[in-house]
Amino acid sequence: MKQDIATWVGAGLGLSSLLLAGCGGPAERDVASADRSYQNQLIEQLIDAQPGDVIEIPEGVFAFDRSLSLTVDGVTIRGQGADRTILSFQDQAQGAEGLLVTASDFTIEDLAIEDTIGDGLKVNEGENIIIRGIRVEWTNGPDTNNGAYGIYPVQTTNVLVEDSIAIGAADAGIYVGQSRNVVVRRNRAERNVAGIEIENTIGADVYENVATENTGGILVFNMPNLPQPGYWTRVYNNHVFANNTGNFGHEGTPVASIPAGSGIVVNSNDQVEIFDNQIADNRTANIIISSLHSTGYSDYAVQEDFDPYPEGIHIHGNAFSGGGNNPDGLDLQGLKLVVAGPLGRMPDVLWDGYFDADKLVDGEMPAELRICLNNGEAGLVNADGPNGYENPSVVTEAHQCSLDPLPAVELALANP
Amino acid sequence: MRWLTMAFALLLAACGGQQTATPTFIAEGNPPILSDWGMMVSDGRSLTLSEGVLAYDLNTPLFSDYAHKQRTIWMPDGVNAIYREGDVLDFPVGTVITKTFYYPRGDAADEVRLTTATATGWRPDGLDLSDIRLVETRILVHRESGWIALPYVWNEDQTEAVLQRAGDLQHLTLVSEDGSRQALPYAVPNANQCAGCHAINNTTRQIQPIGPAARHINREYAYATGAQNQLTAMVEAGYLEDHPALDAAPQAAVYTDLSAPLDDRARSYLDINCAHCHNPVGPADTSGLHLNADAPVGPNLGLCKLPIAAGGGTGGRRFSIQPGQPDESILVYRMEINDPGSMMPELGRSVRHEEGIALITDWIAQMEARCHQAG
Repeated sequence: MKQDIATWVGAGLGLSSLLLAGCGGPAERDVASADRSYQNQLIEQLIDAQPGDVIEIPEGVFAFDRSLSLTVDGVTIRGQGADRTILSFQDQAQGAEGLLVTASDFTIEDLAIEDTIGDGLKVNEGENIIIRGIRVEWTNGPDTNNGAYGIYPVQTTNVLVEDSIAIGAADAGIYVGQSRNVVVRRNRAERNVAGIEIENTIGADVYENVATENTGGILVFNMPNLPQPGYWTRVYNNHVFANNTGNFGHEGTPVASIPAGSGIVVNSNDQVEIFDNQIADNRTANIIISSLHSTGYSDYAVQEDFDPYPEGIHIHGNAFSGGGNNPDGLDLQGLKLVVAGPLGRMPDVLWDGYFDADKLVDGEMPAELRICLNNGEAGLVNADGPNGYENPSVVTEAHQCSLDPLPAVELALANP
Repeated sequence: MRWLTMAFALLLAACGGQQTATPTFIAEGNPPILSDWGMMVSDGRSLTLSEGVLAYDLNTPLFSDYAHKQRTIWMPDGVNAIYREGDVLDFPVGTVITKTFYYPRGDAADEVRLTTATATGWRPDGLDLSDIRLVETRILVHRESGWIALPYVWNEDQTEAVLQRAGDLQHLTLVSEDGSRQALPYAVPNANQCAGCHAINNTTRQIQPIGPAARHINREYAYATGAQNQLTAMVEAGYLEDHPALDAAPQAAVYTDLSAPLDDRARSYLDINCAHCHNPVGPADTSGLHLNADAPVGPNLGLCKLPIAAGGGTGGRRFSIQPGQPDESILVYRMEINDPGSMMPELGRSVRHEEGIALITDWIAQMEARCHQAG
């Protein structure tokens, strides 16, 4: 199945590059007249920064050939607006990201980071991180050679990502990894492989975002062999529609297994509440619930206590429309055909069918570990992954249940 | 021996106008020129280490675009380092470490030559500059507030290096022994980027030296006075209180020493090239890939391990190390590629290290296959 998905994705990718070539695609920013003299000034300001400093970057297009980094706590970097202060890294010859921050109490707002060779903004370990009103974009549009992550806080605590835009990332536009206490709100993620991804994170509220034209809209993942498994994520009041861009991720990355046309995807994560979203026109399925078993890992390489099963998943109150009409890949097409017929569409929730048999009590999954769908007409299909996808079936009835609402994330930020 | 040294000194003096400098610990501020530190002096024809400034090498060094490196250490009177077994030596406040990056000169301006042999201009206590291009000298100084890193870039006359805290990008051409040329965009790190490697614990973020750990410097050096173990030389110079019997002190393998086991050579190479980030508390602990010398063999060493956030760095490969299959291993791909967004290490190289790639390729090739794919 995986191989076939990959083949199909490859074919789709070829097609979309043809299409792009046909229409010329988005035009990369012209940096011929960009200001190249500002680079050293900003680098020195970052080196000399003291806690409490605000580094103001003026309006303009500034070109950089090396990455920027900040190592001092308590600094704010502020531009004049995401369309007015542009840091362009088209000339970049060194550094794995545009701006690397290894510091706490950090705020960045109102500027754009464009065309970095690797990640756009990476914040590696820190507390009280505010990312507000920025734009990270690869101006050439979706391309496998773009950098992996747009906005990328990892191993952070108390994180607010709001009113920001991420476009064109070859992995995830907004990616919060191995963090605690996270709010991601009112952002826009477009034309990335993954729009917004929450990975190995404990306590995340993802709301009022728009995710469209990505391969997958919003992802909640757990990966093995990391210091922290994640749980407790609420995804609500988002608009997740038409995430149908062919997967342009690099094979081998976790997101490369995401079928084009995935709305919200939960993989191996627990305690995820998906509610009150508008989810529409995602051609494979509006929601996918899956296990690491479906992503092609090696059983040699998974820590023994890793839990690959998605548990405690609660889906309710979402407004679904369209989607599931043209799944990505022959196997998923076949699956749709079996459960919905040639003219039908995939039920709104696609589950790969893996569950932890050791946790069954009298043949039943304990209530708090169940995958619950309490969402009107929406249906749930079990793809029967554990049996080689032999007998997929619609099992909406068996998953009609509710779970207690998850508590809201409370950020301990001075000025959230 | 003493006669010889004296004769050598006289000879040098006779060659005319030998400058001298006095090594100085500068407790604060950012000295604008390298001479302020007095560790070395250059008249453009030769670079001479000051008296008391001790040169040293590492068993297996970090690869830096085939640059040659002259490393030195110096301490003020009355203080010395304390031996530590696994970590870098415990250096006192006042310690000044330098690392000078240079290449054999090519025929044209901005051409430098790739040679893995000792450069012709190398001297035990300096460099003959007639055939050498100096690029930069980095200072690591241990102040009361902690270690500070300062990069100095050499001027055209090679008489002085100037502080360049914002770093630099020099467009050089690297000419191989067979005459082939490749572009070498040589990046001098900015002062914050120094922390990208030298803050090996991403929680405390204290900058510290990486090379002068017992296992790396437990080796001989060809001093002007003759060959001697570097730890012993440090004790004799008053820079190290004491060291255990040399055969009891750890010793990392020399990665080019074919008499050493392949596993030791590969692990030594990964240790010095990767483990400053890829250790359980380092900046790359986010990846779950640990390449430090004492990391146990298993998924966290990369065997059959899925990438986490490698992006284009996977090269379309599935596992960090696919035992028996170097061509299927992400680790090898990231050494082979020069795209700064995908390559490893993230900083400090822009061309491939062919000898390192060959070593890691051989190491993975002889591993027993074991990644059984599930799902």
